[in-house]
Amino acid sequence: MDDPLSIVIFSGSDDRLTAASVFAAGAAALGRPVRILLQYWGLEAFRADRAGRGSGLSEDASEAGAAALTAAIASGQVNWAETFRMSKELGEVEIHACAQSMEILKLQPGDLDPIVDGVEGIAGFLGAAGSGQVLFV
Amino acid sequence: MTTLEIAARVDAKGLSCPMPIVKTAQAMKGLASGQLLEVLATDPGSTKDLEAWSKSTGNPLVESSVEGAVFRFVLQKK
Repeated sequence: MDDPLSIVIFSGSDDRLTAASVFAAGAAALGRPVRILLQYWGLEAFRADRAGRGSGLSEDASEAGAAALTAAIASGQVNWAETFRMSKELGEVEIHACAQSMEILKLQPGDLDPIVDGVEGIAGFLGAAGSGQVLFV
Repeated sequence: MTTLEIAARVDAKGLSCPMPIVKTAQAMKGLASGQLLEVLATDPGSTKDLEAWSKSTGNPLVESSVEGAVFRFVLQKK
């Protein structure tokens, strides 16, 4: 199964980032290449000075669910940055920053966590995705 | 219970998806062809996940059982 799984991470919220990290780790474990493109708030969450913390939870979160997930994050039971790191060790997982988002948010490659492999344009991302699945988170 | 020799074990009890297959994939990297890996998990999705992992990666699932709340799998490195 060599079709790449391509994930666009637009959201910077911890719940959506956690969900995306589960897809990346699962695909990597199955031996499937994973390509991730970080846009806007998803890109901001990968800033080196954020240290793997996003910007809270998405508006989808219920009150009880939010309390449970916040506790799981605080205790270290859930750590999306660590799950992405593990995915990269396990398989062929590449994480790129969207060139346009970098420009708008005035970010330099040095501002990002080392887990990010580089900067990529949309044509490069779609070209590599080919006919494989693309998820938007 | 298997009478074959287990070369390595993964204890994924208490870990949620996708950790059982992540730990399985990690451990399998260290084995030689034909060696057996035992995986223990409590994640309710682990039976389907390990079956899918075996099918996708081509490493045969030679045993799958459940004792109480613990799922036990034996996989052979291809």
